Amino acid sequence: MSRAVKRFPMRLKIRDGRIDMSHGSGGRAMAQLIEELFFKHLDNALLRQANDQAAFDVPAGRMVMSTDGHVISPLFFPGGDIGSLSVHGTINDVAMSGAQPLYLSAGFILEEGFPLADLERIVISMGKAAKDAGVPVVTGDTKVVEKGKGDGVFITTTGVGVMPTGVIISGDLARPGDAILVNGSMGDHGVAIMSSRENLQFETTIESDSAALHTLVADMVAAVPGIHCLRDPTRGGLATTLNELAQQSGVGMNLNETAIPIHPAVTAACELLGLDPLYVANEGKLICICAQQDAQRILEVMQAHPLGKQAAIIGEVVEDAHSFVQMETGFGGSRVVDWLAGEQLPRIC
Amino acid sequence: MKYVDEFRRHDLAQTLSAAIHAEVDPHRQYNLMEFCGGHTHAIFRYGVQDLMPENVEFVHGPGCPVCVLPIGRIDNAIQLALDKNVILCTYGDMLRVPASKRRSLLKVKAEGADVRMVYSTLDALKIATDNPQREVVFFAIGFETTTPPTAVAIKQAQTEGLNNFSVFCNHVLTPAAIQNILESPQVREMGSVSIDGFFGPSHVSSIIGSQPYEFFAEEFQKPVVIAGFEPLDVMQSALMLIRQLNEGRHEVENEYTRVVSRQGNLKAQALVADVMELRRSFEWRGLGLVPYSGLQIKNSYAEFDAEKRFAVPAVQASDVKGCECPRILRGVRKPTDCKLFGTVCTPENPMGSCMVSSEGACAAYWSYGRFRQPEVKPEPEIDFEIELEAVKAELDSVV
Repeated sequence: MSRAVKRFPMRLKIRDGRIDMSHGSGGRAMAQLIEELFFKHLDNALLRQANDQAAFDVPAGRMVMSTDGHVISPLFFPGGDIGSLSVHGTINDVAMSGAQPLYLSAGFILEEGFPLADLERIVISMGKAAKDAGVPVVTGDTKVVEKGKGDGVFITTTGVGVMPTGVIISGDLARPGDAILVNGSMGDHGVAIMSSRENLQFETTIESDSAALHTLVADMVAAVPGIHCLRDPTRGGLATTLNELAQQSGVGMNLNETAIPIHPAVTAACELLGLDPLYVANEGKLICICAQQDAQRILEVMQAHPLGKQAAIIGEVVEDAHSFVQMETGFGGSRVVDWLAGEQLPRIC
Repeated sequence: MKYVDEFRRHDLAQTLSAAIHAEVDPHRQYNLMEFCGGHTHAIFRYGVQDLMPENVEFVHGPGCPVCVLPIGRIDNAIQLALDKNVILCTYGDMLRVPASKRRSLLKVKAEGADVRMVYSTLDALKIATDNPQREVVFFAIGFETTTPPTAVAIKQAQTEGLNNFSVFCNHVLTPAAIQNILESPQVREMGSVSIDGFFGPSHVSSIIGSQPYEFFAEEFQKPVVIAGFEPLDVMQSALMLIRQLNEGRHEVENEYTRVVSRQGNLKAQALVADVMELRRSFEWRGLGLVPYSGLQIKNSYAEFDAEKRFAVPAVQASDVKGCECPRILRGVRKPTDCKLFGTVCTPENPMGSCMVSSEGACAAYWSYGRFRQPEVKPEPEIDFEIELEAVKAELDSVV
């Protein structure tokens, strides 16, 4: 910016300013918001071209695309916020195909009256998450809705990536005899969120596990290109995601409860709230299903990565026309681990 | 986790399982009713049945707090919630319970009613404090365990002069219900259901003590063992019940000594007695009208009684046709005997109350034990459309 006249003579009042309808009107106020907040913190050459789209070259091969809407409440929670989550969530959805995520887009729906300081905090966090992951936000959109018609801020991100040749990972490829692995402890994100909900404040040291898993996936795919399924057990937790995979592949699953890593503080919080940690959400975890003979190799690769230190083999795929997920309990019995019905509601007694 | 893992230990479960196998008489059947949904939940979640001999059967009782509430009372709560000035607070489990016209608190919430899930009565008080211009009604349900917190809230509201807080009281009493089951014709006269012994409630007994069960252990000659909610508690208590039956005893024994005493929690009892009194009778889903089985708020606290503050008419509403919840709650039928179970009635779309709470026998059967059933029924056996067609045809013929 070599022009002598500043484009916006008054700087955006981030400290005590608020989003108003003009920030979504397409006029100068919106241009200033984009310039001083989004461009500043999400900075990269493609975004700076300031077009309504980003144009880029891609390597030859198959492209992968995924989109994810983020409406989390509260916006800020132990271990993350909606900004970092919106980057991690979509990177992970792309990475679960085995692809290398390349670029993100971000659509913001802002509620009139939302503090600019909060928005800046979210965008800074988003920029940091994108930078750390090496997956820039290259295009975006901002809309403002009237007060009462949103919940502060909603962020939708879309990601594109490119798949290495020869890799075919899909939810319908689990076969009887396959091993089931996870990269770490279950339920951290959900418990961190619950601990900071307004009506439910309790003290816990648990932080959200929100993280971008693409480098872990890259290591896994490099070691064993023939991985059968990868999926991140987000909403509905491990139990629901395994049921999805069992259904999709037309197989059953047998889990070993004692092998499933769960942080003691998560167990404790779930005991207190009457919840089952197997149904609690994760944002930095993946489920991997692979041939039994590859399981040990993948486990070693996972455990060598910072995001897979607690990785474990938790069960195996079996033949079952009903596609039931069953579990040998640590107690010595067995149970069905069913789909989550409705929302997980706390028991009374 | 300390103080919890100890009661879920695999090696102890194996030892107890061996002891139970050694104790049972192979020539007889042992039908043991767990009154509480908490026990039902533990049995299924940990797979306790797998460790028991084949001739020991768990009969699931009516002790799921949301399951026994009659539809009419939920209709009342929905009516209260639809009042624009009311914020209705209740425990999470209650939200999905189906009422008349397949409505539920969750559904009317989606339609705009202000229904809030709380973890404690104190949350409801806080909501009342924060919303002085609104009426806050706490939809109070549950057995003796949840009653003292309701009494505390009412006393607290009085102390703070919170005049926008009231309680829709639906608290019920365990001993009355157990007695009702034992006196029911199927159990007593016809003898079609034999219940040989009872797992006594754990949390409830921490309040009321073990003494109240002494009467019917003697009167009906059935052993009662107060049992904790952990899986090892359930197994240890099963062993104690089997021993009593083998020795021809029918006593009240206490397995849950780490929490329950003979007298119970006298302070909590006094608190409840100060605020509440017995209703002449109260309707239970599954059991019908049970004399002296429910509590109402005393006149001295009438200003906090939602039934006095609002018009709460007695609503008679019937269960969905074909729903076996009433019989399942008495242990006369198993969930799998119900034609709706797993066909039109699933946890996603509960027709009866037993399918709602994870403590309900049907939901526990479905969620944790489905694979034990010989076959998943392929098609609904009751086709509502066909039934509707039949009714229409009948009407047409009349016209």
